[in-house]
Amino acid sequence: MKYLDEFRDGELAQKLAREIRQTATRQWSLMEVCGGQTHSIVRNGIDQLLDGAVEMIHGPGCPVCVTPLELIDKALAIAAQPGVIFCSFGDMLRVPGSRMDLFRIKADGADIRVVYSPLDALKIARENPERQVVFFGIGFETTAPANAMAVHQAKLQGIANFSMLVSHVLVPPAIEAILNSSTCRVQAFLAAGHVCSVMGYWQYYPLVERYKVPIVITGFEPLDLLEGIRRTVHLLEAGTPQVDNAYQRAVCFEGNQPAQKLLSEVFEVTDRGWRGIGVIPRSGWRLSQPYRDFDAELRFDVSGITAEESPLCHSGEVLQGNLKPNECPSFGSACTPRRPLGATMVSSEGACAAYYNYGRFVAVESVH
Amino acid sequence: MSAFAPPDLSQWSCPLPLRDYPTIVMGHGGGGKLSAELIEHIFVPAFRNSALEVMADSSVLPVPTGRIAFSTDTYVVRPLFFPGGSIADLAVNGTVNDLAMSGATPMYLSAGFILEEGFPIAQLAAIAERMGAAARTAGVQIVTGDTKVVEKGRGDGCYINTAGIGIVPDDIHIGPTLARPGDIVLLSGTIGDHGMAIMSVREGLAFETILKSDSAALQGMVASLLEFAPHVHVLRDPTRGGLATSLNEIAAQSNVGILIEERSLPILPDVQSACDLLGMDPVYIANEGKLVAIVDPCVADDVLRAMQQDKHGGRAAIIGSVTSKHPGMLAAITAIGGTRIIPLEIGEQIPRIC
Repeated sequence: MKYLDEFRDGELAQKLAREIRQTATRQWSLMEVCGGQTHSIVRNGIDQLLDGAVEMIHGPGCPVCVTPLELIDKALAIAAQPGVIFCSFGDMLRVPGSRMDLFRIKADGADIRVVYSPLDALKIARENPERQVVFFGIGFETTAPANAMAVHQAKLQGIANFSMLVSHVLVPPAIEAILNSSTCRVQAFLAAGHVCSVMGYWQYYPLVERYKVPIVITGFEPLDLLEGIRRTVHLLEAGTPQVDNAYQRAVCFEGNQPAQKLLSEVFEVTDRGWRGIGVIPRSGWRLSQPYRDFDAELRFDVSGITAEESPLCHSGEVLQGNLKPNECPSFGSACTPRRPLGATMVSSEGACAAYYNYGRFVAVESVH
Repeated sequence: MSAFAPPDLSQWSCPLPLRDYPTIVMGHGGGGKLSAELIEHIFVPAFRNSALEVMADSSVLPVPTGRIAFSTDTYVVRPLFFPGGSIADLAVNGTVNDLAMSGATPMYLSAGFILEEGFPIAQLAAIAERMGAAARTAGVQIVTGDTKVVEKGRGDGCYINTAGIGIVPDDIHIGPTLARPGDIVLLSGTIGDHGMAIMSVREGLAFETILKSDSAALQGMVASLLEFAPHVHVLRDPTRGGLATSLNEIAAQSNVGILIEERSLPILPDVQSACDLLGMDPVYIANEGKLVAIVDPCVADDVLRAMQQDKHGGRAAIIGSVTSKHPGMLAAITAIGGTRIIPLEIGEQIPRIC
């Protein structure tokens, strides 16, 4: 398959891994920011191939995981209201709120629909003018353009029964928050290719300048990841922190400019709470003033809802790379995909889910 | 882009006595004249066999010597017609395959229909005809049946339950507890075809080509594998939950570990792309015309050849082996040479966000 099989070639992967191991004179700690990359690394066993040369620290880039508990409770409250059609990406359905998840209230009769695009939710709104149709608009910069387009179209077409519960978060402020943390062990970052395909990578130069860490734009297939890691290790060994683009087939310096223009029109930067981490200043987007009428948080009175995390869940530590999922005392015992304490255990991009689903609870040696 | 179109039934000519009611009404399930007309003009012609035509309260059937294999399954697939098959094919092939996986020769099926008020008779006739055709292909007879009608809004058009009886010869012993360390794991063809075909139609996902269900009856393939009994230890059709679920169940029931090589799994490129797009793993996606065989190494190559010579086994492959390590668990060597555990999924796989 074009652009697929050639990036999963086992022999080339082994060759790249060998070069990385030979280049590294010590063990380097790299953070892959994106949860999709975390899954690819653990699923394919890339970290195993690099054992001793590179430690992969898994970052906060799982949009479902960092969506605050409070917002999930708000989503549940909106979805349970009579007459509401609540649309969401499938990923969100299993994420635990304080007491319930969307699957449970769906079983109790709420009209919850899994959609593949926010534009599908808009279509549902057009077809059901007597119902309130709400889309759960979460994600990093990757999903933001489609969400922005849905709101933009709703306004343009006067679809007044459509609204969006927005919890958008941004990568560069998250990287900065990690670098500012006193416990930070990260020596270089793999930046998420999909985010950069929208935003470009001009935003990373000030970070490299200020914190002297290499940031390498990296894709998601096994060879993409190994190539990103290879370039990062070379930069670390040479002591020359730079921005480098190892995902040229999808990413250019300036990114997708029409998308960025739409984003700056529909959204405005705001402080955001990150589940398990806390509020990071100017780290998210909310609907801008001209689009505020489509904000579900304002349309439905859910402002009074607050929530408290389980003290047993260490997902904040996991999301900041301070704790490996299988080092968490609750991992696999108090917290499993069936009874998750936090979203990192159920999201398809969550680090805890990756460790659980790909069996990082048994010693690898016993497998072979 | 191309789209799947369900069969055009507008030209179907309704048998005369049924013409007063082009759709199912409550009376079709009432056991009276309307029920009888449905049986006489739809089911009997479609399923035609001597046992059914007696029209007694139960069918009395001749059976050869051996042990009886008995299985039942209920089919609620939506949409009813999909690329590569229909609920009718699944209802016959699914139960036939469940019987065959015990080493049985499938013989007789029952067919129970739960119809929703308002369901078009033309569609019911099309389903019955396809069930009849599938039964003839699989060499089984549909010898008894039942129809119930539920009020509009209380069903999803048409649900079908089939139960089946097959005969296991006395010297055949195949079962999920019989895998042994050292055994070889074979798969009869590509995985994920059925699940992704259904998902693409159900969710309105248009890919460049139409993904087709692999629905097929495997009793012929199983018969050719039984030549190698007693070295065939386990047969399983990896339906709901896919290959991963079947192999996990076998590992647990036989208390052995199973190790597969991801690189050796036959997967159609279109299915792989669709899975990648949606963040799904083909090992968990349903199949309706594939089987897993776990056999003694001494017959592995012969079994592989027998599979490949069957019309449903062209892409059969050896995919792994049974080990005494990690009992109860399924592990894989990844495409790039790492390892991973493949556990049971909690529920259904759900598409990811990005």
